[in-house]
Amino acid sequence: MADSIRLEKIALQLGTKRFSFDIAMTDGAITAVTGPSGSGKSTLLNLITGFEIPESGRILIAGEDVTHAHPSKRPISLVFQDNNLFAHLDLVTNIGLGVDPSLKLSREDRVRISQSLERVGLAGFETRKPGTLSGGERQRAAFARVLVRKRPVLLMDEPFAALDPELRSSMASLLLDLHRETGNTVVIVSHDRAEVQKLADVVVAVDDGTIVNSAANTAIPYAR
Amino acid sequence: MLLTAAERRRGISGGVLSLVAIALFVGIAVSALLLWDAPETQGQLFTAYTGRILQFTLWQAVLSTLFSVCLALPVALSLARRPHFIGRIWIVRLMALPMGLPVLIGALGLIGIWGRQGAVNSFLSTLGLEQPISIYGLTGILLAHVFFNLPLAARLFLVALERQPAEYWLLSTSLGMKPLSIFRFIEGPALIRVVPGIAGLIFMLCATSFTLVLILGGGPAATTLEVAIYQSLRFDFDPPRAIGLAVLQIAVTGLILAALAFLPAPDGTHVTAGRATRRFDGRTWGARLWDGSTILAATLFLILPLASIFLAGIKADLWRLASSPAFLNAAYTSLSIALLSGLLAVSVALAIIHARIAIRDLRHPGIPARGLAAMLGATSSLVLLVPPVVIGTGLFLLLRPFGDVSRFAPALVAAINMLMALPFVMRVLEPAIEDHRRQTARLAASLGVTGFSRLRRIDLPFLIGPILTALSFAMALSLGDLGAVALFGSSELTTLPWLVYSRLSSYRTNDADGLALLLGMICLALTILGSLSRRKGYDG
Repeated sequence: MADSIRLEKIALQLGTKRFSFDIAMTDGAITAVTGPSGSGKSTLLNLITGFEIPESGRILIAGEDVTHAHPSKRPISLVFQDNNLFAHLDLVTNIGLGVDPSLKLSREDRVRISQSLERVGLAGFETRKPGTLSGGERQRAAFARVLVRKRPVLLMDEPFAALDPELRSSMASLLLDLHRETGNTVVIVSHDRAEVQKLADVVVAVDDGTIVNSAANTAIPYAR
Repeated sequence: MLLTAAERRRGISGGVLSLVAIALFVGIAVSALLLWDAPETQGQLFTAYTGRILQFTLWQAVLSTLFSVCLALPVALSLARRPHFIGRIWIVRLMALPMGLPVLIGALGLIGIWGRQGAVNSFLSTLGLEQPISIYGLTGILLAHVFFNLPLAARLFLVALERQPAEYWLLSTSLGMKPLSIFRFIEGPALIRVVPGIAGLIFMLCATSFTLVLILGGGPAATTLEVAIYQSLRFDFDPPRAIGLAVLQIAVTGLILAALAFLPAPDGTHVTAGRATRRFDGRTWGARLWDGSTILAATLFLILPLASIFLAGIKADLWRLASSPAFLNAAYTSLSIALLSGLLAVSVALAIIHARIAIRDLRHPGIPARGLAAMLGATSSLVLLVPPVVIGTGLFLLLRPFGDVSRFAPALVAAINMLMALPFVMRVLEPAIEDHRRQTARLAASLGVTGFSRLRRIDLPFLIGPILTALSFAMALSLGDLGAVALFGSSELTTLPWLVYSRLSSYRTNDADGLALLLGMICLALTILGSLSRRKGYDG
């Protein structure tokens, strides 16, 4: 398979910490990034999104050099652990901002937003504010935004860490379904061994600012 | 039930004692006003004169609030968008300075920059402008109110913006939101929530402003209620008019306070200038230029008057001033009054806080107990409802028959300063004590550490920091205050601000500038001492 994301000889210093990454991530696969806290998982993600700019090296997404591209110019959707939705805006607005950042929405756009909500199991939640939703429902809404954005790459930083174990498993299933439907490339930072086993095609281990291991997920899956 | 019965009894009786003392002090002053037996009082409550003054009081407060808030908004937005602006932390600290600066000194600095001989007018006249900007009258009052309140508003707005989750800024960047969208969907909603509370606070401060209006106002065209009360007593000796104005003043502050109760209180507790918020917007040259010039303009507006105080001050013969008997006497008087009022304020605050804790500790606090707790809370901010000049007027009228008022004056000024400091002292001490109790009360109760041993080993080591902070703030407030002393000041009672003011009134500006610098340095030293002990207290 082709590479979707390539980090070529990336070097970066943040404070006293040095980071160096060199890795290729397969197109259409789910890559899980694991490692102890402070090891550089989030920095790796920030480099791909463009929140950090490397001192040397190149970053390519779908063959295009994006090393110095602004985050909004990269073909990426993001899901964080928390605060994925603006708390004072209803779900249509929150998801609509993913379609058009100045919220100029056509009739078709609105239909698509409703369909995406329906797809993640939040049919009829258009005018609800994030504060009235549970933690799981909020993450579902974030997924709905990923759906309408139709970007080939999805980056997630511990998206289910704030949820309880049962919910985590069902959210992982939803993610897997959406991934199969869209065929997007997913990079997910996770601490949860079971989650990694269930989701990942490739597991990348990060430690002390660099990648120490990258291998196909060959372990016997728990519930794949 | 974490307190022993004796502790509860002591706590509640201490609170009741403070409550009665404050209620008597303020109550006697207010009833002296209301019961003043002058037949013409009735007709004096609402005259064309008082109506005009009321109108001006409210009008200047509305304009001051409007300018302060509207000008603070872009400053806060620019500061929030530039977390790595050169010297940003010092600019944010600079914005805290006007709050701690004696108002009188700020006014002198403003005159130094915006006055007839000031930097701005000299500059304008070289440009060929005929009419200089007048620092006196409405313009001057507005300028001074903006000088003191713009930084307050900007800091509170900045807190509101910095409190937005870090993900919002990342998300907006990743979604490609333009500055207008970011303002519409993130910054605007965050700010609009805090505007009413901040505007209300500033309106209250401007409607009850005394010193600035006294110095920059003047003339019947630019006088607020507080200053008019003072002038009625001090210059015209027209008690009925003073009473009418004082009643009007209480009604106005009462109405504003009632309205404020419905607004969310501005919360400035998380001023974290050092926190690394990451912003990826505003990278264009236009945005950089706008933010840079906004921040620069605000900084200059704040720093120039302060620099002018310093420069004008050192031009005076500081050593001669500092060693002159007039300064030494005034400094002695001021420090004695400040120490007395500071100690009183801390003691009363401690009594009120402990009484409230004791009431909360009751298993079934009845309606009287809960009422007492509420009244204790209200008492600590009674001075907001009944401003110092009003209390002073009442006491002035009450004590005049008993001889020279200036005999009682030091004690009265100290007591009024104590009341003025009480809300601030409570705000420092109450959270500190609550925190401390949450951490230690159960352990101390289970070990049976009570009474003096508990005070010495558990409470004092922790609370000495916050207590010193509160004491130094209260003392700085009293040292810089001109409001309470204005009614009673005389050759027998001269505080430092009164000395500065009388030098200013007799056009000895050079001396006034030098004395103002000395006073400012004393207050600054106290405030710095206070912040140092605060830091120590939280570490320990």
